[in-house]
Amino acid sequence: MSVKIGVPSKGRLMEKTFDWFAERGITMKRTGAEREYSGAVEGIEGVDLVLLSASEIPRELAAGRIHMGVTGTDLVREKLGNWNSVVEVVAEMGFGHADLIIAVPDCWVDVETLDDLDAAAAAFRADHGFRLRIATKYHRLVREHLRAHGVADYQLVDSQGATEGTIRNLTAEAVADITSTGETLRANHLKILDGAPVLCSQATLFASRSALCEGADAEALTALRARLA
Amino acid sequence: MRIATPAARAEGQRLFGAFQTWGAAPVEAAVLQPAETLLDLYGEDIRARAYVTQDPVQGEMMLRPDFTVPVVQAHMAGGAEPARYCYLGEVFRKQEYGAERASEYLQVGYEVFDREQPLRADAEVFALFSRMLAGKGLRASTGDIGILIAAVRGLPTSETRKSALMRHLWRPGRFRALLERFAGRAPLPKGRAALLERLQSGDPIESTAPQIGLRSRAEIETRLMRLAEDSATPAIPGDVVDALEALLAVADKAPAALAAMQEIAQVMPWIAPSLDTFEQRLTVLAAHGVDADALDFEASYGRTTLEYYDGFVFGFFAEARPDLPPVASGGRYDALTAVLGQGRSIPAVGGVIRPALLVELEGGQ
Repeated sequence: MSVKIGVPSKGRLMEKTFDWFAERGITMKRTGAEREYSGAVEGIEGVDLVLLSASEIPRELAAGRIHMGVTGTDLVREKLGNWNSVVEVVAEMGFGHADLIIAVPDCWVDVETLDDLDAAAAAFRADHGFRLRIATKYHRLVREHLRAHGVADYQLVDSQGATEGTIRNLTAEAVADITSTGETLRANHLKILDGAPVLCSQATLFASRSALCEGADAEALTALRARLA
Repeated sequence: MRIATPAARAEGQRLFGAFQTWGAAPVEAAVLQPAETLLDLYGEDIRARAYVTQDPVQGEMMLRPDFTVPVVQAHMAGGAEPARYCYLGEVFRKQEYGAERASEYLQVGYEVFDREQPLRADAEVFALFSRMLAGKGLRASTGDIGILIAAVRGLPTSETRKSALMRHLWRPGRFRALLERFAGRAPLPKGRAALLERLQSGDPIESTAPQIGLRSRAEIETRLMRLAEDSATPAIPGDVVDALEALLAVADKAPAALAAMQEIAQVMPWIAPSLDTFEQRLTVLAAHGVDADALDFEASYGRTTLEYYDGFVFGFFAEARPDLPPVASGGRYDALTAVLGQGRSIPAVGGVIRPALLVELEGGQ
């Protein structure tokens, strides 16, 4: 056995994660053929690298199949009910910043805040006979946010990609999505509502609260945590 | 995951039998309910509470989160009047925060549809529940959403403002924020002042962005017009707002609560008829053997439940176990029958008991 760390398997998120660990004297690298998802950890004993899709890391942490994992706050909060009791935040890593925001068409000159959105939703429902549709893949987070702010007469419609296009395609009236620069939103003639984002996300190192860890593994995990502290 | 124990099932059967002895007709309801109806009634919040599944032919379905809707539908489709129904079965509710609360549990319920004597029906249901739950160490709490509705409907302000408040009666945070704003005590939402200024100066408010989506330019214009109208609406007088906030905070034994609300009615005389109804209900409750003088009343009780109660509401709580959800709860839901009845409606009141909680309390004693 060994201590398993789940890391996003590709792209900038993986590279930045490798850099972050390297700064702490732990070398992570991919091994094998270019497209092979295998990796190695050097500079500390008894720790294995598991390359995974960032969106699967919350599930693996919750199941206790990995001891630690790097993924976005957004994914953990969306996918894990009662996330605080399932995983522990070890470190916020300072990259991968993105906000989960709610955006509406730029041409809605009467809507700037959630308060406006609520009023627009009430009128929309009366006019169209159905609730104003918000396209998103972050159902739980958006629903909780809107409930906390007392927004009614909306419905969430699922959109797993190209969410910004749903309004033009008339399958939604508003969107809730992750953005870092807002460029895609502007290109699709959308504006972000004023006020705090639904969630400010960044790459975060989480520890599973349920992964088994005994004997040598426990020692390795303690050593690893000491190095990261 | 907890399932109904034989003891809970037996307790459920006992209560189910008692309701039938009392004259209620047993009704069945499908476990799979069309999601559309429930979503339309409760809004997106129900998705956070109910299990949704997909049927290849019938579309999106929900595991029944309560019996009220199917029972009302069954009655509206051809029940006699007046009618009394009872039911026993599982309901399903997601429990977001931890597994301590059951996500699948038995409910045994009793519903009365009676056009002639609504107060009598309120008292009948509450008195019946009180008797069936006597000696279990439960404390009853009651409320009357009808008083709150009367308070809002009579406010000296525009219809737009009244309907905005009515719409959020069941969202206390939002309700309060709106009320403070309509009283001129809270700042306008960000950007609103600038927008109103431009509207007043007659500036055309247009965006250079293309018109996209289903919400049309005409709808946007209409809202702008409403905003302009609303900004010209005088503030709701401070003493009225204070009185309404005092009303929402009333919590006492029923007679003292009535006295407090009658005091408030000096400022809000339009709530007087609803207070008369409340007082009459206390008399009828007493005639049904309820100790009305000892009854707890909270004006805001029932405001945070799923929004369909619109009159008398009640709940029974285990005093020794504040961690448990209410053992029984219910209330009047006249408006729901109108929504489900497609033009027809009938005054309705009812409630549910969770037999497993009763068994758990017995075991703990």
